[in-house]
Amino acid sequence: MKDFTLSSAAATALILTLFAGPAPLISTAVAGEVQIAVAANFTAPMKAIIALFEEDTDHTVKASYGSTGKLFAQIKNGAPFEALLAADQKRPKLLEEEDELGVPGSRFTYAIGTLVLWSADADKVEDGPALLKSGDFNKLSIANPKLAPYGEASIETLEALDLKDTIEPKFVMGENIAQTYQFVDTGNADIGFVALSQVMEGGKIVKGSGWVVPSEMHAPIRQDALILESGKDNPAVTELFTYLKGEKAKAIIHDFGYETD
Amino acid sequence: MFLTETDIEAIALTLRLATVTTLILFALGTPIAWWLARTRSRWKGPIGAVVALPLVLPPSVLGFYLLVAMGPNGPLGRLTEAFGIGLLPFTFWGLVAGSVFYSLPFMVQPVQNAFESIGDRPLEAAATLRAAPLDRFFSVALPLSLPGFVTAGILTFAHTVGEFGVVLMIGGNIPGVTRVASVQIYDYVEALEYGNAHRLAAVLLVFSFLVLLALYTWKPSGKKQ
Repeated sequence: MKDFTLSSAAATALILTLFAGPAPLISTAVAGEVQIAVAANFTAPMKAIIALFEEDTDHTVKASYGSTGKLFAQIKNGAPFEALLAADQKRPKLLEEEDELGVPGSRFTYAIGTLVLWSADADKVEDGPALLKSGDFNKLSIANPKLAPYGEASIETLEALDLKDTIEPKFVMGENIAQTYQFVDTGNADIGFVALSQVMEGGKIVKGSGWVVPSEMHAPIRQDALILESGKDNPAVTELFTYLKGEKAKAIIHDFGYETD
Repeated sequence: MFLTETDIEAIALTLRLATVTTLILFALGTPIAWWLARTRSRWKGPIGAVVALPLVLPPSVLGFYLLVAMGPNGPLGRLTEAFGIGLLPFTFWGLVAGSVFYSLPFMVQPVQNAFESIGDRPLEAAATLRAAPLDRFFSVALPLSLPGFVTAGILTFAHTVGEFGVVLMIGGNIPGVTRVASVQIYDYVEALEYGNAHRLAAVLLVFSFLVLLALYTWKPSGKKQ
């Protein structure tokens, strides 16, 4: 009986492997490829996670980074992504429930984002609210609130401080959080609301100066991931999602200033 | 209303940008085209190549370098700050500066072709009639190359209307200041507001077609073959 089970398992494995493609028979896990869409704010930690994941599993991950709004529009119009790591919950939820483009039940919060008021100048940002109130800056760079949840959170923060209308004429908007950062980093805008992950390394702000916006000043930036229809049958995608929930990935995510559940 | 108020604002801004850019390029491009058409200098090649660069460079490259160069640590940024103008990115005049560079070949090349096709003889004839160099230019070269100027003006204007990448990089998407029509359409598409995107995009499509139609059917009046 035991022999029978073993040989039938071997036969099944052989057949499965043959059907799966020309992978070497000795390898138990077939090296696969994953194509994912990642919100721009998660670029730095995702690159670190992908490097570890590829080392640990032999899979290859191809990631496209951009504003959640753009990635969402691309997915709705047939982009070949197998998973989405969004900057919000709203869009993955829509894809999963209304558009039925996601795999039901695969959605989870992989990171909770933190907003920071940042300047490339090391002495510029000491007391964030006081600086915003004083108006002592040329421009305030924010992500386009229509496209990027970090932009939405920036607006909520300014509303909480009752400064939105006063500061609005000084807004410059990046298409996503990466461009928002670029405006501040090149010094064209004195300050800007960026993702903490963009200026943080090893648990502290490594460049310029910043004020970490208290999380109660805006709705939490819960960032959800979702497996998409085209990734349904790709085991490498499932492995990547398991990996994202694991301790190794979480350590990286925390290092870049995100919270996790 | 067919278009929203912000669409109208974006279109007005786009037309203003294209007009100002075209006017500046008439002033700036004409001497460059004249020099390129008449010089035998060994610099003709390199200068001609620099003028043509925007034809092949991705707008993101131009936009990125402009953003860095016009920033507080860039050479252009230092210059504008020294002159008390402040920094150019996120301003209308920053877009003008970017557009002038971006549309330069569309002005220079047709005008240069027109100057070259005049040849030396009309100018030499004018010289024998004792026309001074400036007089030769304004009374002989300019009228003879008028069709080239019209083509250059239309192409420059239309190309600036269609500008997108440079504006996205240095504009900052400010309504009424830097949010031109192409960026507005991009925003609509990304926000899945396809209805709005369609309407504004259709306006630009019809505009571009009409401009090119005018250009291809236009015959210079009174030109003797």
